[in-house]
Amino acid sequence: MVDIAKFFLEFTVDESCGKCTPCRLGNKRLLELLTKVTEGTATMEDLDTMEKLCYYIKENSLCGLGQTAPNPVLSTLRYFREEYEAHVKDKVCPAHVCKKLVRFEIDKDKCIGCGICARQCPASAIERTDYVAAGHKLASMAINQEKCVKCGACVGACKFHAIDKA
Amino acid sequence: MINLKIDNIPVSVPEGTTILEAAKSIGIKIPTLCYMKEINEIGACRVCVVEVKGARSLVAACVYPVNENMEVFTNTPAVRQARKTTIELILSNHNKSCLSCERNMNCELQALSYEYNCDCTAYPGALTPSEVDESTDYLVRDNSKCVLCRRCVATCKAIQHVAVIGTRNRGFLTDIGCAFEEDLASSSCAACGQCINVCPVGALKEKREIDKVRAAIQDKSKTVIVGTAPAVRAALGEEFGYPIGTNVEGQMVSALRLLGFDKVFDVNFTADLTILEESTEFIHRVQKGENLPLITSCSPGWIRFMEYYYPELIPNISTCKSPQQMFGAMVKTYYAEKMGIDPKDLYVVTIMPCVAKKFEKNREDQNASGYPDVDAVLTTRELAKMIKGNGILFNELANGEYDAPLGEYSGAGVIFGATGGVMEAALRTAVETITGKTLENVEFTEVRGTEGIKEATYTVGDLTVNVAVASGLENARALCEQIKNGTCKYQFIEIMGCPGGCVNGGGQPIQPAYVRRNTDVRALRASVLYNIDANSKVRKSHENAFIKKLYDEYLGEPASHKAHKILHTTYVKRNKY
Ligand code: SF4
Ligand code: SF4
Ligand code: SF4
Ligand code: SF4
Ligand code: SF4
Ligand code: SF4
Repeated sequence: MVDIAKFFLEFTVDESCGKCTPCRLGNKRLLELLTKVTEGTATMEDLDTMEKLCYYIKENSLCGLGQTAPNPVLSTLRYFREEYEAHVKDKVCPAHVCKKLVRFEIDKDKCIGCGICARQCPASAIERTDYVAAGHKLASMAINQEKCVKCGACVGACKFHAIDKA
Repeated sequence: MINLKIDNIPVSVPEGTTILEAAKSIGIKIPTLCYMKEINEIGACRVCVVEVKGARSLVAACVYPVNENMEVFTNTPAVRQARKTTIELILSNHNKSCLSCERNMNCELQALSYEYNCDCTAYPGALTPSEVDESTDYLVRDNSKCVLCRRCVATCKAIQHVAVIGTRNRGFLTDIGCAFEEDLASSSCAACGQCINVCPVGALKEKREIDKVRAAIQDKSKTVIVGTAPAVRAALGEEFGYPIGTNVEGQMVSALRLLGFDKVFDVNFTADLTILEESTEFIHRVQKGENLPLITSCSPGWIRFMEYYYPELIPNISTCKSPQQMFGAMVKTYYAEKMGIDPKDLYVVTIMPCVAKKFEKNREDQNASGYPDVDAVLTTRELAKMIKGNGILFNELANGEYDAPLGEYSGAGVIFGATGGVMEAALRTAVETITGKTLENVEFTEVRGTEGIKEATYTVGDLTVNVAVASGLENARALCEQIKNGTCKYQFIEIMGCPGGCVNGGGQPIQPAYVRRNTDVRALRASVLYNIDANSKVRKSHENAFIKKLYDEYLGEPASHKAHKILHTTYVKRNKY
């Protein structure tokens, strides 16, 4: 829902003619706050600010575009608040769509240490550990989250289904 | 009449009145940022919102007309909160460098931010990308401070009929500039600077020359001469807290001395000189019946406009240099010779109500001595800034007097600063020259006043002279069109680039929109000049004793060969884009 709201808002920010302040700047700031939510950097205070901005933009914009622009944000904030809060408090995207909040992880006991994923990884984010799972010959692989660019290539590369979104 | 209530107070106003004006009538000032009466009524900034009972949302008071039985609330918590958010959003996209901003303490955004107790960090976020346009000699645009009120755009288009600036892009990327991402120097901007005067913030300012002037004053090899334009004394005081319309000539002269100028002269004296040359030119043209109407040339904003938009009128323009350029030319020829100073060691600074003068000094054919007639031009605002920066206590200064000999002027010279002044001054001289008789009444009141176009008919000897006076380029354009289509009945036309003339020039102290809307700033400033004239012993240019001496000693007679070499110039056709 958060990303759907963001999709709609991106559209209106692009379409705004730029004449009146609430629409030109209000929607832009709203979008920036929404982006913070999707990146897991927003605070609970930001959610309140967003709500206030939505009402402000609706009340003060010059034309219909600005007056309706915040509706998707406002209604998702109202009906799916727990989804927003999950982004903010737990830093997780329940819908697994917010890239910045997605984590790929290798199940160290399923991983047989073949290393195919590491060869597919564009960011060289997969490194060998020194953990050898019971019954396996090679040490398991692990994802360095600092380097990972969340492309998901490794998931498909692993024939043993050891990699998944967390 | 419409009856309504504003903040529970009954109000009765004519139909069609806006809420903003109705509120003003009972002493309530609703804040505005983009609004300029009749020029920019776009309801865009949303700073003026008010609550109207029964309305679905807040309404913009600047464009919303009153209705019978309407109930308006101008200061409810909802209204204040909305305005505050609007201002905070504007601040969130603003280069908040107040401490050294040209408009610090005289900024409409800063004032609003203070009045609404805004948190300027309330909405951190990206800034609209912008570059500073410093392409011209006279104007600097810094869009990082622009609030997109569009007052400059409306002024350039509706008042000046130039329309070289507009909004570009959409949404958050919206900015103001010339078409096709061109800079101002490649446009057909008239250089009038009227856009600066209407800007609520520090996004527009003159190209600063203070540093050059300070360096020249420090340079021991230079004799630094300063000359002040008529309109400066009528407005400079506003920068030091004096009411609009205060004459601060004496204090200004003292301040210039304290700033370290070697000689303090008055450009008014070359206004007198202009009159002798121009009225002679007029008489010659009338006698020959050629190149009429004669059109004045003292306003470089008008001249630049003409060169772009009406170059076919070049033969009609007086060949006289402007008083500023005549001033520099006389300093570096006559005065240099008299004092035995090499003109290369003379540095001429003029103080002008104008930014176009900065451009004018760099024109070709403005170097009578072989060196530029004028080296630096400071606006009235820049002078104020220099005075403040040098710690000069302007308000405590005693009145000083101009230095001789280039400081003596007639009442005719000083009224150059108001629209109609050049015409009146020229008539005083032309009429006496043609008729050979002394004028009983030197006041040609028909050409006074701040209307855009004024006209009058005078009988001079056996001549009937139709004259017109226009100020502001919209009005200039109207007269140019008449000349082009053959319906012009005038023989002599005065044109000033700025509405109201130089008293309202693009380099004058900036009054906020609210003051400009409710006070006739131009008329108040012009009254200073007319008062000086009324109290002058000498009120005709040709009776200025120093001017007479100048012709006897140096120039010969008006329009002599020498006068032509030093005091006249040429114009060029300029291509638009
Ligand atoms: S609300 Fe309408 S007028 Fe205002 S900026 Fe948006 S699109 Fe333009
Ligand atoms: S998601 Fe992409 S970047 Fe991250 S570990 Fe897998 S392959 Fe490498
Ligand atoms: S324009 Fe006004 S608010 Fe902006 S920096 Fe200058 S003084 Fe401050
Ligand atoms: S200086 Fe005059 S002509 Fe040029 S942009 Fe400003 S208002 Fe327009
Ligand atoms: S430059 Fe000044 S007058 Fe022009 S739109 Fe920006 S803030 Fe308004
Ligand atoms: S009217 Fe005066 S201030 Fe305006 S452009 Fe002309 S000379 Fe300059």
